[in-house]
Amino acid sequence: MYDIIIIGAGTAGLTAAIYARRAGKDVIVYEGESYGGQIITTPEIANYPGIKNISGYAFATGLFEQAQELGAEVSFDQISSISGNAREGFTVTGDLGTQQGKTVILACGARNRKMGLADEEKYAGRGVSYCATCDGAFFKGKEVAVFGGGNTALEDAIYLSQICSKVYLIHRRDQFRAEQALVNTALSYDNIVPVLSNVVSGLSGEKALEALELTSTKDESKSTLAVDGLFVAIGQVPSNEFARGFVELDEAGYVKAGEDCHTNVLGVYTAGDGRTKTLRQLTTAAADGAISAVAACNFIAKSFL
Amino acid sequence: MAEIIITKENFEQEVIKSDKKVLVDFWASWCGPCMMLAPVVEEIANERDDIKVCKINIDDNEELAQKYGVMSIPTLSVFEKGEELRSSVGYKNKQGVLSFIDDKG
Repeated sequence: MYDIIIIGAGTAGLTAAIYARRAGKDVIVYEGESYGGQIITTPEIANYPGIKNISGYAFATGLFEQAQELGAEVSFDQISSISGNAREGFTVTGDLGTQQGKTVILACGARNRKMGLADEEKYAGRGVSYCATCDGAFFKGKEVAVFGGGNTALEDAIYLSQICSKVYLIHRRDQFRAEQALVNTALSYDNIVPVLSNVVSGLSGEKALEALELTSTKDESKSTLAVDGLFVAIGQVPSNEFARGFVELDEAGYVKAGEDCHTNVLGVYTAGDGRTKTLRQLTTAAADGAISAVAACNFIAKSFL
Repeated sequence: MAEIIITKENFEQEVIKSDKKVLVDFWASWCGPCMMLAPVVEEIANERDDIKVCKINIDDNEELAQKYGVMSIPTLSVFEKGEELRSSVGYKNKQGVLSFIDDKG
């Protein structure tokens, strides 16, 4: 039985592994995709204290190697169920098998929200993208659209306006939700065209995306917008579904916990973007990782003499 | 067998005229998920002698990326007898890539 099972090898989970290993605990980290989490698509991180500039890939790789060199085990397996309690231990099950631990840290993070359109999968990588900085270069000199009204959407539009001839910024409300400074910057560019009070309701194109169907949120009227690319930035969804019914989640699916990272289940902690919190950043993910690992260590010290 | 670096000079010979099934990895050095996928693809290249694994850097080979409609990376494509059979976008783990190659996904 491991001392601590960590689910998720993003910034929160790997930081938890580092702290737990340095405290001498046996640790296994589960990851269903690649290590690093969402940060790996970021070309440049410039707001992590003490590091002036680093790519998301380099940051994630450094963190991963640090955890591994300290002796954290990593299993690339997608955990699909979790059960148990603090007295008898917890059991997690993935595609490759089952493992037991005295404590669990849920650091499952979040992923980009999909639009939920019938053809969405078909056009992914054929004009529909969820990462402007990854895929923007493929749309040099072309007309594209960004769907969303938050900070990410506005940042994407500003980034794309430097590459593309025109960027339509489609948002369901009549004003953007993003910080005012970002909105001002975006609207100062002539080639960013706001399309407010509309949602993307359909995709069309023979081999690749050629046009969007828009539906007005005011009067349900439909219109068509010809674009070569659509960048979807309508927020994140937490990856906690497998833990529903085991720990308490909020309406949006985030694990309910305060800054102490304690869930409603004794011996189970949560860290990173998957936790209910106001600011989702690398620094807050790392902080959660440290807090949850120390909490788990303290719990083990008290409960398993 | 080892991975083969593709340019427009050797594309025809290595991919189109290959007598083995070919896995093509469209990538770029600035793409984090591509860098994550690279060791997975390399491992498969070293383990599987029945297929050929080819790497296409899209910055150096814009024409090839355009020709095959690559608009997002990483993109993996399977070629057989000169035809692109299927493609897939985004990171996959080893099992996922193997299933994609063998069309069991």
